[in-house]
Amino acid sequence: MSDMDLREDIKTMDQPETFAFSPENQAEVAAIVAKYPQGRQRSAVMPLLDMAQRQSSGWLPRAAMDHVAELLGMPPVRVYEVATFYTMYNLKPVGRLHVQICTNVPCWLRGAPEIVRAAQDVLGVAFGQTTEDGAATLTEVECLGACANAPVMQVNDDLYEDLTYDTAKAVLEALLKGETPPIAGSQAGRRGACPCHGATTLKDLAGDYVAQDSVKESAKPKAKAKTAKSAEAGKETT
Amino acid sequence: MPKLTIDGLDVDVPAGTSVLQAAEQLGIEIPRFCYHERLPVAANCRMCLVEIEKMPKPVASCAMPVSEGMVVKTQSDVALQARKDVMELLLINHPLDCPICDQGGECDLQDQAVAYGKGRGRYTDDKRTVTEKNLGPLVKTAMTRCIHCTRCVRFLTEIAGVPELGMMNRGEHAEITTYVEKALTSELSGNIVDLCPVGALTSKPYAFTARPWELKKTESIDVLDAVGCAIRVDTRGNQVMRVLPRLNEDVNEEWLGDKSRHACDGLLKRRLDTPYVRRNGHLQAVSWPEAFAAIKERLSDLPGAAIAAIAGDLADAESMFALKQLMFALGSPNLDCRQDGAALDPKVSASYRFNTSIAGIEEADALLIVGSNPRIEAPVLNARIRKRYLKGDFKIAHIGTKADLTYPVQHLGEDVSVFQAIVDGTHPFFETLKSAARPMIILGMGALSRDDGARILGAARHVSEKAGLVVDGWNGFNVLHTAAARVGGMELGFVPGPNGLDTQGILAAARRGDVQAVWLLGADQIETNSLDRAFVIYQGHHGDVGAQVADVILPGAAYTEKSGTYLNTEGRVQRTRRAVFPPGEAREDWKIIRAVSEALDHTLPFDTLESLRAALETAIPSFAVLDVATPGVWGDFGENGALDSGLGALGSAISNYYMTDPISRASPTMARCTLEIGDHVKADARTGTNG
Repeated sequence: MSDMDLREDIKTMDQPETFAFSPENQAEVAAIVAKYPQGRQRSAVMPLLDMAQRQSSGWLPRAAMDHVAELLGMPPVRVYEVATFYTMYNLKPVGRLHVQICTNVPCWLRGAPEIVRAAQDVLGVAFGQTTEDGAATLTEVECLGACANAPVMQVNDDLYEDLTYDTAKAVLEALLKGETPPIAGSQAGRRGACPCHGATTLKDLAGDYVAQDSVKESAKPKAKAKTAKSAEAGKETT
Repeated sequence: MPKLTIDGLDVDVPAGTSVLQAAEQLGIEIPRFCYHERLPVAANCRMCLVEIEKMPKPVASCAMPVSEGMVVKTQSDVALQARKDVMELLLINHPLDCPICDQGGECDLQDQAVAYGKGRGRYTDDKRTVTEKNLGPLVKTAMTRCIHCTRCVRFLTEIAGVPELGMMNRGEHAEITTYVEKALTSELSGNIVDLCPVGALTSKPYAFTARPWELKKTESIDVLDAVGCAIRVDTRGNQVMRVLPRLNEDVNEEWLGDKSRHACDGLLKRRLDTPYVRRNGHLQAVSWPEAFAAIKERLSDLPGAAIAAIAGDLADAESMFALKQLMFALGSPNLDCRQDGAALDPKVSASYRFNTSIAGIEEADALLIVGSNPRIEAPVLNARIRKRYLKGDFKIAHIGTKADLTYPVQHLGEDVSVFQAIVDGTHPFFETLKSAARPMIILGMGALSRDDGARILGAARHVSEKAGLVVDGWNGFNVLHTAAARVGGMELGFVPGPNGLDTQGILAAARRGDVQAVWLLGADQIETNSLDRAFVIYQGHHGDVGAQVADVILPGAAYTEKSGTYLNTEGRVQRTRRAVFPPGEAREDWKIIRAVSEALDHTLPFDTLESLRAALETAIPSFAVLDVATPGVWGDFGENGALDSGLGALGSAISNYYMTDPISRASPTMARCTLEIGDHVKADARTGTNG
């Protein structure tokens, strides 16, 4: 996490003077706050910070944190604590695309350095930096929670999995050009987190269906992966 | 009551007690950093690990409640090894800078490293460093030394009620900070320096000035507000280096306000260290006999009625008693200890005391604050109100200038008409008071020093009687003083005698020329230009406003330089001890008055402090009972009549917490605090020197 220099930033960085939720978000805020019992409104701090971040182009200005604190009747410092604790709150501006690449062990074993190289080649920036045109920010992260499909990269809200140098480059180039976004998920055509070389168990029970389910022809809707999974589970219990 | 065994000893403790507390009852001390008995349990330092049978791992004893049949081992190999490992982890990122660390010599980490530390570290990588934080003029930081116990965060959040510190980031990057780099605005911020178990938070004014082992420690009493906190005065040579709180459960627990703690550098500035006499319009340094001769020359042919005396906020009871005797001998009935003109009634002791007692606040269930801001008038007492608030079910209402008191209050308004409505029973809060089992009212000097103060006092008595604030075993009528000398002066009757003049009367008579000589016993907060025509004797320790108009200056001793008796706002009799000697020619105040009395041929009948105290205790027996707060005797006090809304809002008597008396006004640290710490202490643009 590149938070270490954030403290300095909050003093020197251009911070907007004020923040207020947009009218649509205000309704959402009320709905979120209403979920919590009277006197426990501060439980809503995390979803509210997330909304504030989305509204402020992907980062949380101090004014937004102060505004959330005021809305929930909690001391600002408690909000800062939450916002600095979680790495998914960005405390300084990020580009239109926030590219996060995992370099932790599973991804690293599966070739994360190649993905990093691809991103650096496309964006021309190092970790923690934003491209000059403000199009993208590159961030190194620990674990995006999809180790089975390592190596993994997250761009804004979407995960791109099973990457190689070429697919990573292709995804980023397409996104940078603003083309129709590539389908998120496995870029190797894998369904969910199925074994990457096809089913290894339950082949008999599922019959032909499982036999077809190879890496090559699996660019089918994801819903079917579930069927395959439950079939596998069924085999294991027998 | 669960029974358990700790180190082979059986102990019976109430359910909910932690293993650490149970061990403490047996006299077994378990090392700790984050645990503090007055703060919520955090259990994050892991230093208090013990072995408990049938538990798979060592357990943090501060957070483990006792249970029946538990077998705890605090000195087993497992426990000791666990603590050694924790210590090694804590020391990984801790700099080995004890020789240049102000905490050195009184550092928990240093002490416990002697017991549990390895002689040599095994860590060879770079240690982490953390940038310093700016927490204002009182707290210095060296955050690389921080072990993240969060005592400071918990203190400011829970006890002080000013949540400004927090732990930002996490894991390796965790830091204690305000995040936005602002000065702490708590009046109790100095306490986080005491709480810090390492040298991460140290005192900024005291930085690099002394080592704990060079200091002489004198137990004393604070007089810079009317709470009478127990303090320890640390001195080196003849200089007060610092002031620390001492434990007194009934008064300050173990906290101390920032003014009381840090104004001590004012004891070195602007001191009066030799007698002065005004000659040809200029003050000239003279010897004591010359000063006495000047007083004698002026006073000997004056009738008693033309002489007056006013006692200031820091006067000790002994000197007030001596001066009262001297005034009596001179035939003067004009004396007053209420330099702010507060309408206190000397005849009824309950009318000027904090009868509920400070510890008694914790038993109250409804509170009305009138014309006071306890946060700046008595921060430690305010922390007690907050402590009561945190227990829940406590209704607090405030009439006065709106302020953040660190706990939520129902702000009823600023005008006396609201109080009038409560007194008449037409305001809903009257019912709240009436239906409460232990209601209390705090009446501040902001209300009593108004021109209608006596009527406010009378109204407060009415509401106390009507709403059941004063019943058997409970007295909910409280006056919160701002001056340490006030209750003592009231108790010993330093008030106008028959046909005598009070402060306002003395000043008016001095303007007219009827009063020709005025003795100011440390009285600074009066309209000194009223005294232009009078012969002014100023007895005090600082060259403040009073000294500037003086014709004779008698240099006295400050509270750290004499053994003096002070009554706090509860009427608790406490004594300061002499930590250093007064500077230069300055002397203890009672001795000065005794010497003047001899020069005036009215020699007072005591030669020693002991005989003075004996005379005082004979005259007023309550002075003989030390360290006890007893509710005053209830009676008829105050005046009847309408309260006057035309006098403006009910404010606080203090506009700037950091400068309220000659000592704190002379203190460079307090001047920095006034400048740097937010506007919340400055109710208006005035500074303390406007008096």
